[in-house]
Amino acid sequence: MLDRVKKVPVHVIIAPILAVILALIVGSAFVLTVGENPLHAYKVLFQESFGSMRGFATTLQRATPLMFTGLAVAFAYRAGLFNIGAEGQVYIGAFAAAWVGFTFSNLPKLIHLPLAIVAGMLGGAIWAAVPGILKAKLGIHEVINSIMMNYIAYFLTDWLVLGPFAGSSWIPESPRVKASATLTRLMPPTRLTTAIYIALAAGLIVYLILWKTKLGYEIRAVGLNPTAAEYGGISVAKTMVIAMAISGALAGLAGMEQVLGLNNRFIQRFSPDLGFMGIAVALLGKNHPVGIVLAAILFGALQTGAAAMDRLTAVPRELITILQGVIIFFVAAEYLFSRFIKVKGEA
Amino acid sequence: MWDIIKLLLNTTVFAATLRMATPLMFTAIGGIYSERSGVVNIGLEGMMLIGAFAAVAVSYFTGSAWLGFLGAILAGALMGFIHGVASIKYRANQVVSGTAINIFAGGLTVYLQRLIFNMAGVSPAVPRINDVTIPLISKIPWIGPIIGKQNPLVYLALLTVVISHIVIFKTVWGLRLRSVGEHPRAADSVGINVYKTRYVAVTISGALAGAGGAYLSIAHLSRFVEGMTAGRGFIALAAVIFGKWNPLGALGASLFFGYADALQMRLQEIGIPTQLVQMLPYILTMIALAGFIGRAVAPKASGEPYVKEG
Repeated sequence: MLDRVKKVPVHVIIAPILAVILALIVGSAFVLTVGENPLHAYKVLFQESFGSMRGFATTLQRATPLMFTGLAVAFAYRAGLFNIGAEGQVYIGAFAAAWVGFTFSNLPKLIHLPLAIVAGMLGGAIWAAVPGILKAKLGIHEVINSIMMNYIAYFLTDWLVLGPFAGSSWIPESPRVKASATLTRLMPPTRLTTAIYIALAAGLIVYLILWKTKLGYEIRAVGLNPTAAEYGGISVAKTMVIAMAISGALAGLAGMEQVLGLNNRFIQRFSPDLGFMGIAVALLGKNHPVGIVLAAILFGALQTGAAAMDRLTAVPRELITILQGVIIFFVAAEYLFSRFIKVKGEA
Repeated sequence: MWDIIKLLLNTTVFAATLRMATPLMFTAIGGIYSERSGVVNIGLEGMMLIGAFAAVAVSYFTGSAWLGFLGAILAGALMGFIHGVASIKYRANQVVSGTAINIFAGGLTVYLQRLIFNMAGVSPAVPRINDVTIPLISKIPWIGPIIGKQNPLVYLALLTVVISHIVIFKTVWGLRLRSVGEHPRAADSVGINVYKTRYVAVTISGALAGAGGAYLSIAHLSRFVEGMTAGRGFIALAAVIFGKWNPLGALGASLFFGYADALQMRLQEIGIPTQLVQMLPYILTMIALAGFIGRAVAPKASGEPYVKEG
């Protein structure tokens, strides 16, 4: 076993790269069905997302919420918890941020914006803490409860923007947030905002918490072996709830970005599966902040290039969704690569 | 008050309940096979969606809705098998593999929709499986309007429930299935092929989810609509748990969730917001899991990849 552990750094980098390459090859088969040259399609795709400053800014904007949800999933994962509920936490965080944004007026930006951001984190944290508590106190698997909470979040926010907090337009959405609660755009006309700084800072903070603090040590200990952790004097239940709450706060930030940065209001069912994509990002990034930032940029690039590929080639933009699914699949089944590289057997 | 009671016991509502419960029954029974074998199937939603699309595509090209239904079963089975390969052979995290299937299905169906029908959003109308009237039963007062005139797939779903109950609890294969899900190592030691049993179970689960999807596209409607499963795969998963991994329990849960679905529109008429009714299945499942309605306990090895020793 020891010789395998030593090889982890290589496998950590190679397996995700292999997964992406393999997914692009599978994607090629789909491109060929529409009679298009895969290399041409991919060239158009990546030229759009990396070929110009404006394109790259859009790539970063698309990557921002994925960084948050990727970090969210990874943080819980380090505590041995699978947060498939990030999607619901995104919605609740988004609504909380929007509510602070459109309710209070006459506040200086210096107070209003941070307040809205914190509300987003709090909303996500509370939503995630519920399955965390149910797991810690009653031992119920967090996956099922977080899936259920996703749907409760959908319908709850549907109701909020259709009923009590309906905006003035015919689209189901909340009122617009006040200018004092919006994030500053960095490169108009792109919608890249200061949220990218918050995302990068969040990555750094997650790194510091996990590897430089006592809490992080406890979280990782619980993730590796809860029984041993409990025996070593760590309160497993408490650690799990805290890990889920922080995970939810990170997911809530993704919702915050969509509301205070992108749309400036809460739109019914706005999320393009941000929470589920977070699972892909965390996995591809090997649950490490650096990997997550890179993986989020890759997914952001795919989404940015999709429209151009759709317009300039015969390939429908849904190829991107297929690719994302296939990437997750290959990363999940990395044991597939065990013949080529050493893969640490998952316990 | 009387109006509300009349509404709650309305035969039209009961007939609609059966219709709404049908896709849930198929899919939930599928989920039970998979979970009982120890493989968590979060991908039911995606398998349903692919089934719904395959049904329409095959029905469109062959002109036969029943061949469409068969196509949906095969497409679902294929997706189930792929989930099996990932989670059994390559020991993927089953929740992740299922999530991958859900995302993949959302992309694939729209991709093919645009490729085959060159239309975004909805497909053209295709031949559908028509409702049938059962001669004598349809004449019985109160019961007739509920079960006397329904889609053949409604009856097939009910039949699937009964057969699955017998298969899982009264046959040797069923016993093996359950032992593989509870204690794979012990099952292995008495000569049961754990991998094969799991492959068969996950493939059946995909096939049934495909059937559930087909009901939506070529029985309830006669076309494919983007994302038309709208979370029913997850409600089916809830029905599996709410029904305590038991076919008859899942039937009850499906009927209950179907009833809530059927009542929704009518409740809205008397001022109860639809969304709050729609939340009900999910809230109830959480309550059931928490043990307030008798504890729901999953098969022990559910979610664990099995690694043969030696």
